[in-house]
Formats: sequence, C-alpha cells, structure tokens
Amino acid sequence: MSAGDGNLGAGGQNRMARIRERYGVLRRRGDAIWARRYARLAIVLVAAAAVILFPYLFQPGSTFLFDLVEAVAFVVMALGLNVVVGFAGLLDLGYVAFFAIGAYTIGWFGSGFFAYVNHTKGIHILTSGLASTLPGIHINLTAGRQGITPIDPGQLPGLNPFDPLNLRPWYWVALGMVAIVLLVNVRLRDSRLGRAWVALREDEVAAASMGVPLVKTKLMAYATGAAFGGMSGAFIASYLNTVNADQFAFSFSIFVLAMVILGGLGSIWGVVLGAIVLSFINTWLIPSVIPNLSSKIGIKVDLTSLSYGIFGFLLVIMMVLRPQGLLPERRRKLEFVEHVGTGPTDMSAERV
Amino acid sequence: MSSTSGGELLEVDDLHTFYGNIEALKGVSLRVSEGEVVTLIGANGAGKSTTLRSVSGLTPPRTGTIRFRGRDISVTPPQEIVRLGISHAPEGRHVFPRMTVIDNLMLGAFLRRDGGIEADLERVFKLFPRLEERRKQKGGTMSGGEQQMLAIGRALMANPDLLLLDEPSMGLAPILVERIYETIAEINRQGTTILLVEQNANFALEISTRGYVLETGQVALSDAAHALRENDDVKKAYLGI
Repeated sequence: MSAGDGNLGAGGQNRMARIRERYGVLRRRGDAIWARRYARLAIVLVAAAAVILFPYLFQPGSTFLFDLVEAVAFVVMALGLNVVVGFAGLLDLGYVAFFAIGAYTIGWFGSGFFAYVNHTKGIHILTSGLASTLPGIHINLTAGRQGITPIDPGQLPGLNPFDPLNLRPWYWVALGMVAIVLLVNVRLRDSRLGRAWVALREDEVAAASMGVPLVKTKLMAYATGAAFGGMSGAFIASYLNTVNADQFAFSFSIFVLAMVILGGLGSIWGVVLGAIVLSFINTWLIPSVIPNLSSKIGIKVDLTSLSYGIFGFLLVIMMVLRPQGLLPERRRKLEFVEHVGTGPTDMSAERV
Repeated sequence: MSSTSGGELLEVDDLHTFYGNIEALKGVSLRVSEGEVVTLIGANGAGKSTTLRSVSGLTPPRTGTIRFRGRDISVTPPQEIVRLGISHAPEGRHVFPRMTVIDNLMLGAFLRRDGGIEADLERVFKLFPRLEERRKQKGGTMSGGEQQMLAIGRALMANPDLLLLDEPSMGLAPILVERIYETIAEINRQGTTILLVEQNANFALEISTRGYVLETGQVALSDAAHALRENDDVKKAYLGI
C-alpha cells in the first residue's frame, strides 16, 4: 500500500489519470497541450479580474449591487445543492434547513441574542424581549417571525467597512466563498468520491456490487451540500442583517433546486449561471422591470405574488425545450440529447 | 478459521432470504470449493439470483449462514464482501451507461489500493480484446454481448477469489453465448473460482464441475455437472432435450 493512497486521496486520481492517458482516453481533448493550458489560464485570470473589479461599475450602495451580492450568495447555495442533486443524483427538498442552520448560527453568535441569557430570575436560554424578563424557564431558538436582528457584520482586515452603504466588501466576501466552493466542486467531481457519486447515479445496483458503500457515499453528498448551504445561510443572514422564521419556507428549497435544474444538473458552470439568472429574475425582473415596462404602455402588471408560478412555468418550458439545462454536463447531455442508457436498451436490445 | 469441511471456499447453510414478506429462499445450502465452477440452474423465480444476491450482500439473508473461507459473512455489507474477495456481476449486466469502458472497468477496482490494477486491466483486455477496441465508448452504446463482456470484466477488476455471474448468456445470440462461456472457462483456468447462475443450462454445465438445481427456493438436486447433464429430469426440464 503506497503512502499517497488515502481514502479519497490524490493517489486514486493520479492512477485514474495515468490509466486514462495510457489508453488514450482523456477527460477533455487537448488537456496535455501546454499552449492551450496557458491560454486557459490567461482566460481564467482575465475573467477573475473582471469579476473582482465588476462592482466599481456601480454605486457602492446601489440596488443592483445589493441584488448582485444576493445572487452570488445563491451561487454558493446552488453549487452546494448541485453536489447532492447533480453529482450524486439524490433529491433533497429539505435543503433550506441547512441554510436555516447557518443563518441561525450567525444569528446566535453574531448578535446580542446571547446577552439575554440568565438576565433575570429563572432560566433563559436564547430568549429576547419580554420573555427574557419573565420568571420561569424560557427557551427560544429562532425568535419566531420577529427574528434575530441586528446581526453584526463581519470584520475583515482590508475589506471594511461592511455597511449597507458600501456593498463592495460583501460582494468580495461572497465571491471568495464562490471561489472556495467552485474549487471544492471541481476537485470533488474529479475525485474517487466523485466517481462513486456518478456510479451511484448511473446504476445503484452496479455501484453496490462494485463495493461502493451506498449509505456512506450518499451521506457524504448530503453533508457536503449541507456545509455549503449553511455557509451561504450564515452569509445571507449577516448581509440582510436579520434572521427570522419566514425566510425558510419550503418554496425556498424549490427555488434553489430550480437554479440547479435550469443551469444543468451536475454542471458546475451551468449551476453558476442558473443561480445568477433565477436570482435576478426574482429580485430584478419580476419586481421592477415588468411593472415598469407595463406601466409605460399604460397597463399595471405586478407579478410579484406569482413569482413561484413563473419559476414553475420556466421549469416546464426547460423540460420541453432543453431538459439538459442551459450549460449541460456531459453525461446529462448524453442522457437527454443522445438518449444513451435510457429506454429499454439495457436488458433486451440485441445489437451485435 | 472455524471451517470444518476442509477446502471449502464458500459454505452456505439453510439460507432464508426475503423480499418484503415474500420468502424467496427457503433453506438453501450449498458448497463451492476452491477452483470449481458451480452452476445453479432452475426456472424463473426459483431463487438463483437471490442466492447470489445473498452471498454478495446485496440482499442479506434473514436467517442462515454464509461462510467465506470459514468466516461468517451473512450480515457483512457488500463493500466488505467485495474486499474479502467476492465479486458479483449482477443479472441484467448493469453497466454504467454513460461512462466509458475504461471508467466502467476502473469502478470494478473501486476498493483496491494495490499496485496490481493495471496488470488486471491488461488481463481483462486480453480476455476480451473487444473491450480494448471499445475502450473510449460509452457503456450504454454497446451491444448486448459487449455489455456482458464489460460486466464480467468489471467484476474481474476487483481481483476476486470467487466470481458470481448471474445469467451471462441472457439475451445473447447463440454464437456469443459460446464465446462468453469459453472466456468464463478461461477465467476459471487462470485461478478464479466461479459460482454461476444460468437458465441456459447446456453451456453452463459444460464448463462446470458441479451443479445445483433450484426449485421454488430450495435445492431440489445437486450432483456433478456431467451427471446432471445425463439426468432425465434435468434434461427434460432445463436442457430442452
């Protein structure tokens, strides 16, 4: 047993790459060509610079920037759900719970919420307001609809101040989170665990009989996704300066799932795109663009209360026109466009 | 080792396996010795596949014992069973349809950390040259025969001591069945013990040392393979003679 062969370690990856190369099967054509590598690196650097400098195009406190920061935080969340739904092929409709856990964690530890503990006679655990002055036992983890507010903004060297009038530091922090999550996504996809997820998604019976531990592999997907959801929740709670029970509706899980499906299940860049597109449809197109346009032609149309209906409609349209997503992942494309491995081929078809 | 029966690789005793409330195995017992090819024959629903699934841990038995090299594996999870040296090519091929042949094969070596993987890949390609030709092709785009080769090759990539094959001839043209069975015999000659399930009993018994006839979840008959091929009841019921 060689030292580099950790459970999910690089040993397996190198082995896989070596074997693929030896038999002339490469993940992407031209991977080995240096000129292309440098070109790709240059593109990445230019794109990164553009994304980092992007908020200077707008007023530091503008509405657009506000929506943009939220969209970037949604990218983190969608990429987390993509690990569960896209990579491992599992359905997770409770994703909002992890978002809530992250949000409440920052709410508890990043606010004056704890100051009320043992404030007066009796036991007071995380109560606020009137409850914390009454005698007896009071436990309140969520502060209900009233919520926990205000929440302290972050303190990071070189990025301050974090305040509602200057949204650029928020943007950069969110961007940093996206960078981390992107890196983890790419590395996981190409890892031994990533191949186990694909195997599970493609054929669970075969995966099990090859020795892929089903429970552990699925749990790893849920846990990874949950970690990113929590991260995003903590950020958004701090950003919106509040965490309350109304933020965590079931429909929110569907909203994030729709981002993943719209972009392309399992496709990292597709999911990034899907999250940004849906987020802006939600925060910009439906509440401001559509009412403005319609009032110009003299009709008043407000679709805000219909937004989930619109998302549902979008999903239906996608399923009909482009089920593989906006930027599909390779295997989904094979599945939806070329119909490989679908239909009654596996058992009965006899093509020799 | 608690094994009392000498050189038995696999000992299955009084196996009762259920799908929900349906008792698919009603006390199956069998033995496989090192180096053998053992065939289970029987009609649909006789419990052949369930026996294999019980051994590989995909459908663990409710009662009864399975011992591999004397060690009780009746409640061991599938990944541990693969690690111990039992590899299962399940019924219906189950290749990963949108993975290349190489990636399919490499998943067979999922649990391995030793240095012998590349040598085993070469061995599989030597056994099935067609797979090397098709190495970049997606599993789901191949013919039934090629998919069967891939399923067997993938199971071999776990470097098993005991290979479980479930209906390797299913849905294949007779010429291909013959070729697949030649290869299975070759795998056995290279040192792998094989437990085989087959409806198409002619070919299977030809390369087998012994056989068991299963009927409604029980062993109805067991004998040397050549004796089963001469048995009038077996001939009539399973060999189509």
